[in-house]
Amino acid sequence: MKRNSITISTILALLAVVILNGCQQEEPRTLTVVTHDSFAIGEDVIRQFEQENDVTVNFVLSGDTGSALNKVILTKDAPLGDVFYGVDNTFLSRALDEDIFESYQSPMLADISEEFILDEEYRALPVDYGDVCINYDKAYFNARDIAVPQNLDDLLDPTYAGMLVVENPAVSSPGLAFLLATIAQYGEEGYLDYWQQLYENDVVVVNDWETAYYSNFSASSGLGPQPMVVSYATSPAAEVIFASEPLQESPTASIIGTNACFRQVEFVGILEGTPNRDLAQKFIDYMLSVPFQQDIPMNMFVLPVNVNAQLPAEFEAYIQIPDAPATLPFEQIAASREAWIQAWQETVLQ
Amino acid sequence: MKNSRRQVFYIVGLVPILFLLAFYVLPLGVVFEKAVQGVQQTLQRADLLSKIGKPLGFTIYQAILSTLLTVLVGFPIAYVFTHFDFKGKKFFNMAVTLPFILPTVVVAAAFNSLLGSHGWLNLLLMNIFNLQNPPIQWMNTLGIILLAHVFYNTSVFVRMVGAAWAQLEVQQEQAARILGANAWQRFRRITLPLLKPSIISALLMVFLFDFTSFGVILLLGGPAFSTLEVEIYLQTTQMLDLPMAGILSMIQLVITFCIAALTLREKKAGSIAFLPDIKNERLQKPRTHTQKVFLAVLLVFVILFFVLPEVSLLLRSLVRLEADRTQIGQISTGFTLDFYKELFQNTRRSLFYVPPIQALKNSVLYALATTLIAGVLGVISAYGLTRVRRTGLLRALVNLPLGTSSVTLGLGFLLTFTRLSFFQDFPQVLVPIAHSLIALPVVISTLYPAFSAIPSNMHAAAGVLGASPINVLIKIDLPLIRRPMLVGALYAFILSLGEFGATSFLTRPAFPTLPVAIYRYLSLPGAMNYGQAMAMACILMLVCAFSMFIMDKFSSQDVVS
Repeated sequence: MKRNSITISTILALLAVVILNGCQQEEPRTLTVVTHDSFAIGEDVIRQFEQENDVTVNFVLSGDTGSALNKVILTKDAPLGDVFYGVDNTFLSRALDEDIFESYQSPMLADISEEFILDEEYRALPVDYGDVCINYDKAYFNARDIAVPQNLDDLLDPTYAGMLVVENPAVSSPGLAFLLATIAQYGEEGYLDYWQQLYENDVVVVNDWETAYYSNFSASSGLGPQPMVVSYATSPAAEVIFASEPLQESPTASIIGTNACFRQVEFVGILEGTPNRDLAQKFIDYMLSVPFQQDIPMNMFVLPVNVNAQLPAEFEAYIQIPDAPATLPFEQIAASREAWIQAWQETVLQ
Repeated sequence: MKNSRRQVFYIVGLVPILFLLAFYVLPLGVVFEKAVQGVQQTLQRADLLSKIGKPLGFTIYQAILSTLLTVLVGFPIAYVFTHFDFKGKKFFNMAVTLPFILPTVVVAAAFNSLLGSHGWLNLLLMNIFNLQNPPIQWMNTLGIILLAHVFYNTSVFVRMVGAAWAQLEVQQEQAARILGANAWQRFRRITLPLLKPSIISALLMVFLFDFTSFGVILLLGGPAFSTLEVEIYLQTTQMLDLPMAGILSMIQLVITFCIAALTLREKKAGSIAFLPDIKNERLQKPRTHTQKVFLAVLLVFVILFFVLPEVSLLLRSLVRLEADRTQIGQISTGFTLDFYKELFQNTRRSLFYVPPIQALKNSVLYALATTLIAGVLGVISAYGLTRVRRTGLLRALVNLPLGTSSVTLGLGFLLTFTRLSFFQDFPQVLVPIAHSLIALPVVISTLYPAFSAIPSNMHAAAGVLGASPINVLIKIDLPLIRRPMLVGALYAFILSLGEFGATSFLTRPAFPTLPVAIYRYLSLPGAMNYGQAMAMACILMLVCAFSMFIMDKFSSQDVVS
């Protein structure tokens, strides 16, 4: 009996620790930023903003891109934060239709390339972009003396039968981006034909990026069977940065021919009805400024939109940025997304 | 005096009900309320039936197959663990249970290193038969789904049935033997009827785990397979179609309820009271030749099926495995501790870097809190359900959290609680509460058969002697149900350790759990990330093994005293 009571009091004490751990001292003002799980940024970058403005920045990570947006939409009558970062061009229309953002024409937009400013009313402001590209296993093609495909057309060549693994666009964000690239290239009339031919050329489909990259891709640690995978233009740099022993060159590279990559842009906006509009504006200006922008690549493996931001050395050395990435009007993506995915599933998962 | 005791009894009994109302019914209600807006339009969709019918059919089909296979594997293992004393039994028992906590990505990696195109098995077969291509293609098949479900859930069956089997009294069997009944007759006429309530409970749990399976279907099954749970996830997070997700969630709940109710009807007929065998009279060393062969064959199977993937995972976290830069098929390998060392460095200076020790601490604290909450509520509920008449409906209802999509529940928690200032100040409280919801049905299912097996004349006798219901519970019931209680506590603990679905919605950057940290590593390319994820998974396995070891210590001490 005595032992039992000791056990119980130990458990209770531990429980108390859990609860007390959460006690944090209240700062005079708090800015709450709602974002997705993949958000990451250097600690000193945020501390600097906090010190300059005498504010605590509180990040609320709310699941993947879709979940986070969903949550913001469902709570728009009583917003959970002041700023929402992380809606991309595939979901942008949805966010704008639901009126979750207040317009803000940040002065920092002057330093941002015109191509990224998609919302003419400045409710959603671009923060970063990333290209979804096919990565290939350099050693595989070298050893076999096979030419690397240069664009989407090349992939239909029987030489590459069974060599490409793609993600299910219904599940995976890069999978959807690659589907959108094919729609940009072949149009709504032609893309299903293309996929039919890709299917006949034994394209491998898995659900998620993790499986595609780590189980199927031959150049990853999973040592899978396919030498080509739909991933990101920044992945070759990540392979070097996160190598288990120092590498001189990346084991992978990207295929960056016309429309072979799809460009994803991520946006930030001030949540409608915030009582901290002044701070929210300052934070957005800060996100678009050089110190924050330069810290983005190493933390999130996407690229800064500010033209003055320098890329880290590993990025300069190991990534290729496509000259002619595929894009589609975000309104069109929102309108047809479900129908495209449905038609794709009927073609490829037959 | 008598009246106030009754009142205490009822007030205590209300606690689990209030808990479920506040943390289950309320958040689900909030989600369904949101989903109802616009449901009219969804109901009129032409493709509605096929949208629902296809995943529904497959969900039930694969769950039935998986459950049957799990029983096929689990029954002999439960028999061996409860009847034979042999070296390394604790190890084997652990090995069977460990998969339960492993995140699906990690299981995928473990299977991959065994069965993948460069896995040992394929390399072996390619060498022996001089093949060009790997002969085993396991990804994205129904086979791998079933295999993974058996891998995950066998321990649930083994532990739940084993706990009941271990304490069946042996006298009846001995009497039957003396009366000339053969082994099969004794099993059919005595053991099976006595075990029936536990078997049915275990079947229900395994079925519900398979029924709501998510990661296995999505990651291992691939795009050709979809279950209700997967569809709910897609509709919620990708299509942002809450009405559709709501309809699917509702269907999943109704079916869970129907199946739970179905198993309850059975249970009544089979419930027979017995006194637990506390002295372990059943346990003996294998003697006959047949027994030895049977034991050996079974243990080899356990090694191949459970131990091997775990060992390969451990190897994976300790071996550097880089694809050779010139020739595919050749791999340069080397032993390394780098992945573990690197875990403790914040190389990216990221705001959200959390030292693995911190993630470990979070996980263990959450798991302890879950065990405490689910344990206390479970004992009260199971006890109450056996003491109050006409509880059939309630008993079916308590299973519902297991059949609830964690995406729906997670969303409900977000919408309901994150706005309350208490939960804003202590967001980490929500995680063990969500885990307790999922653990509670398991705890109740383990405890209920044990409680109802206690002969009612013992309660009557205690009552006549003036003991209150609470007193009866503490003095009579709890000591008698020690084993099932430990099983319940164990599963509450490891359910929490391994849970990812609802947790992924609720964890705050500062308080990630181990599975959340593992997924974070695997979301970026690079051998180091992969290695660190494997290292983290091994730490998770070790924590789980260690806690089982501790619980084992507790239980054996208690049996002696």
